[in-house]
Amino acid sequence: MYDYTDFDEAFVRTRVAQFTDQVERRLDGSLTEDEFRPLRLMNGLYLQLHAYMLRVAIPYGTINPRQMRQLAYIADTWDKGYGHFTTRQNIQFNWPKLPDVPAILSALADVGMHAIQTSGNCVRNVTADHFAGAAADEIEDPRPYAELLRQWSTDHPEFQFLPRKFKIAITGSPNDRAVTAAHDIGLRMTRNEDGETGFEVFVGGGLGRTPMIGHLVRSFLPVGDLLPYVESVLSVYNTLGRRDNKYKARIKITVHETGRDEIARMIEARFAEVRPLFCGADQALLADIRAAFAQPALQSRSLADYDAAYHSNPVFRAWADTNLSEHRKGDHAIVTISIKAHGQTPGDATSDQMRVIADLSETYGYSELRISHEQNVILPHVAKADLPAVHAALAKVGLATANVGLLSDMIACPGMDYCALATARSIPVAQEIALHFEALKLEHDIGALKIKISGCINACGHHHVGHIGILGLDRAGVENYQITLGGDATETAAIGEKTGPGFAYDEIVPAIERILRAYLGLRFHAEETFLDAYRRVGMDPFKRALYGDEGHQDAA
Amino acid sequence: MSRRYIPKVVTANRLREGDVVYMTADNLWTPHHHEAELIEDEAHAQLRLLHAAGQKLVVVGAYLADAKAGPNGPEPVHFREAFRTRGPSNYAHGKQVDLTNV
Repeated sequence: MYDYTDFDEAFVRTRVAQFTDQVERRLDGSLTEDEFRPLRLMNGLYLQLHAYMLRVAIPYGTINPRQMRQLAYIADTWDKGYGHFTTRQNIQFNWPKLPDVPAILSALADVGMHAIQTSGNCVRNVTADHFAGAAADEIEDPRPYAELLRQWSTDHPEFQFLPRKFKIAITGSPNDRAVTAAHDIGLRMTRNEDGETGFEVFVGGGLGRTPMIGHLVRSFLPVGDLLPYVESVLSVYNTLGRRDNKYKARIKITVHETGRDEIARMIEARFAEVRPLFCGADQALLADIRAAFAQPALQSRSLADYDAAYHSNPVFRAWADTNLSEHRKGDHAIVTISIKAHGQTPGDATSDQMRVIADLSETYGYSELRISHEQNVILPHVAKADLPAVHAALAKVGLATANVGLLSDMIACPGMDYCALATARSIPVAQEIALHFEALKLEHDIGALKIKISGCINACGHHHVGHIGILGLDRAGVENYQITLGGDATETAAIGEKTGPGFAYDEIVPAIERILRAYLGLRFHAEETFLDAYRRVGMDPFKRALYGDEGHQDAA
Repeated sequence: MSRRYIPKVVTANRLREGDVVYMTADNLWTPHHHEAELIEDEAHAQLRLLHAAGQKLVVVGAYLADAKAGPNGPEPVHFREAFRTRGPSNYAHGKQVDLTNV
């Protein structure tokens, strides 16, 4: 993976020194909170419901074992022994104390990490396919391009005060695991008729209070044009984007109000101006970055041990069936470590678990790790021969849950248990759904299902693109949960449709059960997934299951 | 006829630790909601909020939260404020454990 250059190191150290001084001046009264607030946000420090929260960037979800151990050390030393992996492939610490934050940032800098641009109206952490560099279906590893974008956007003087935050996602595979359609810019690797690689460029996607699927503005962008084109998109947005209304300031509104064709024309016009200014330095840099992402030398191994374990150990087999994905090398697999044990908080890993993951990565995984936007941890390259040992080690620390892609592999934002913006809780709803269906033993029968829960309309839990989405709201001083069905986060992206009136906190789990029992009753066969069945039959059967025939009329 | 004023407490987070606190009638900051001053007059509430906002080295983000009288002192009205009195629901972290040692 990419290691910091002297330039990166000096930049981050300088920022730590600046922020250390700013914290000192806040604590001695030289800075007011109004003055300090934008400074702390620029360094990823929020004030949440019960405490401060520090959001640390994990660029494109790639992290090495040494960094993972340092996160464990930070969790033990300055927090409460755990961290929360987020839908933006970041990690959040929920309990730091303000005077300790400079030391935390310094500890992060020791391993080439930081919290810069994890907040504020700037280009945020560029997210990527969490199977990048390993997936069998990949055209090209997208991470060198993500790293190029990271370097270009870090402290970019033109784009530090955008109308609103700006999120870029990139995938190197036609099967979109990076939710590119729901980002300000979504980049999907593709090939043209001559076999050259380039990007499909989507602009104006986003979730939040006005969910939108991104519009295709360029069907083939040569990879060499990536920076000037992205700069052109941002330049147009920086000029047109609304600054009069925070809720209409994202580029999705700009695209919606301006129109896809006119936006595409303006981007191309700006691109014609910007492109000649890029004289090749970016491509030289990209070549250097590519070298840093050279593939590990994967060793060929016998499959005998794997096959034996698969056929003799049903627990291992269940895990292998759900938590492994196809690697480009047939005797290897991509391991998704579920951070979603039934009843646990989605995305939370203890410091002990982080250390075990780091050890496994070094012992069996070529020292590579990824964090997924689905709040799991990935070992991208594991020889199948080593999988029984990996599984056994994971089981010892509660990380061998065989549920990836199933009902309990939910995304849940922190919700009102932590977040100052939340209007209802998310985590306990996720916990109760997982435990409820575990008790019913229905999870495997239901099969592939994405449930996503957000505790407010900002949609950090991606509820709009969940097959079943749950949105927690405050209705007249009571928690109320609205359900959407039919959302899709992949290359066939779709925004879910509301079922009707919401449900109280103690009604939401039974409501989800009614939906899923209706699905089990109407599906053609076990291979017809919930999403396929929904697309075939539409909303009506599920409305009836939720509201009854009479209520269905009211809800319609 | 104007609507009856909903009583308030002044609440904020401690600057250094981030902990949730409430202002008492004698100008101290307490972690216990029931020890807060229950303010039943709108003009007085604004004065108390101004006083809190002036304590820049002690607290951050002071605001008025709806409250009601209870047998042991003020109680929160809204569930958000109820959560702030104890901490998150997924772990025994925050006040729900910290205050047992106070």
